Amino acid sequence: MDEFIVRASLAGILVALLCAPLGCLVVWQRMSYFGATLSHAALLGVALGFLTGLPPKFTILFVCVLVVFLLLGLERFKGFSSDTLLGILAHSSLAFGLVAIALLPNLRIDLMAYLFGDILTISWQDLSWIVIGGILILIICSRIWRPVLSSIVHPDLAFVDGHKIEKLRLVFLLTLAVFVALTTQVVGLLLIVSLLIIPAATARPFSQSPEQMLIGAAIVGVVAVMTGILLSFQFDVPAGPSIVVAASLLFAISFLYSKVVLKQAY
Amino acid sequence: MNRAAESPAKDLLLQLSDVTVSHGDRSTLESVSMRLSRREIVTVIGPNGAGKSTLIKTALGIIQPAKGEVNRIANIQIGYVPQSVSLDPTLPLTVERFLRLGTAVNDATVKEMLATVGVEKLQTASMHRISGGEMRRVLLARALLKKPDLLILDEPTAGVDIAGQNDIYTLIGSIRDQYQCGILLVSHDLHIVMAATDRVLCLNRHLCCSGSPEHVREHPEYLAIFGGNPADRIGIYRHQHDHHHDLHGDVCDHG
Repeated sequence: MDEFIVRASLAGILVALLCAPLGCLVVWQRMSYFGATLSHAALLGVALGFLTGLPPKFTILFVCVLVVFLLLGLERFKGFSSDTLLGILAHSSLAFGLVAIALLPNLRIDLMAYLFGDILTISWQDLSWIVIGGILILIICSRIWRPVLSSIVHPDLAFVDGHKIEKLRLVFLLTLAVFVALTTQVVGLLLIVSLLIIPAATARPFSQSPEQMLIGAAIVGVVAVMTGILLSFQFDVPAGPSIVVAASLLFAISFLYSKVVLKQAY
Repeated sequence: MNRAAESPAKDLLLQLSDVTVSHGDRSTLESVSMRLSRREIVTVIGPNGAGKSTLIKTALGIIQPAKGEVNRIANIQIGYVPQSVSLDPTLPLTVERFLRLGTAVNDATVKEMLATVGVEKLQTASMHRISGGEMRRVLLARALLKKPDLLILDEPTAGVDIAGQNDIYTLIGSIRDQYQCGILLVSHDLHIVMAATDRVLCLNRHLCCSGSPEHVREHPEYLAIFGGNPADRIGIYRHQHDHHHDLHGDVCDHG
């Protein structure tokens, strides 16, 4: 087997494993739009990277962290729902990114690679970054798992239990920012959110506990990644979209099975 | 007017002194003072919008008062029983797991606690599929697992039929005896309060009046509904207003 397939598979599996805990937490908190906002903002980070000559990973992280604090700051002024604020942040940062890239002289960026990912060209160095960042993300997720779950179920009860709700939210949002910075190159910024949401949603009908859903999401994610890479290799189609196609087919099967066979209603 | 402050100084758990809470330029609580001691049951009654939930959240520390002071004894363990939890349907959660989110406990303790509140069969049930009455008991179990010094209940009988209310009041009374805790509960029902209540506070943004509830053993209307024994657990609180309210709940005169 070619080495680039091994690298692509390893990177994809790692991303799928990271998506499981983050995706579950995003789904339970109805924050998919926030994930989309971060990934849109990543494009501005890419432009900033080319402008400054710094590695895009760091400039994406910088812009995403900026968006997190901008959102938390804007939320303090009552009057607009966070849904509206996210919509403004998401699309304006995407537009700023596109305009900035167009303005850069003598530069032709393969935009498609950032929008839809280029997992087959990933290097060992990229992979080691994902391993290091991934370990950090998993450690943070395991530390905040129970308190965040508690605050999702009932914020006031979590407060009475002594959890610092706002601090937890900030830590979670920053972790998502790190995740987006790490994975933009792998699956592309337009497809990151689907890898967060779809495996978690696919696992839901078969889960009786949060942890079962977490494991289910990890399995679905890994299967989707492997299937997508195989499809891409076999039929010469782009890998990022192929992974999401595989994931969404798995979701369709899970949905139909739960509604038609299990007759679940929730 | 602040007769509410009559509470034994010994074993004092919670004290609100002249607490005012504002929401924008409108105050939801005005100069409310109250004390609560161990083994004491205090019921707060008042109409909708009287600030009962605000009072509870201020006592819990969720809301900071604009004026006045809230004092809790050091290292107090508070068990809070909200009215309900609204779970996102995408979050799979059993009753057992819900209890363990609050306190890390073993299987035997979970079983024992669910039996105490009378829902032992719900251990592995989904939180999405239990009834409102069952939810209240599960929330009570979660609070009791914390071995509370102070138990705060938000409308424990709202939406529960009158026989069920009796059961819940019996349970709360036995919890006080078993855990030796202080209990603060809120009720929107102006007329029926728990007979074991030591003091009733009538709240309508400010404290209107307070005192001990009368027993209704001999009250024919309640005897007719409950027969003899259950009525022991229900008292009627007669309001002794010394003032009137206008349509906004503001005091308009002192009689």
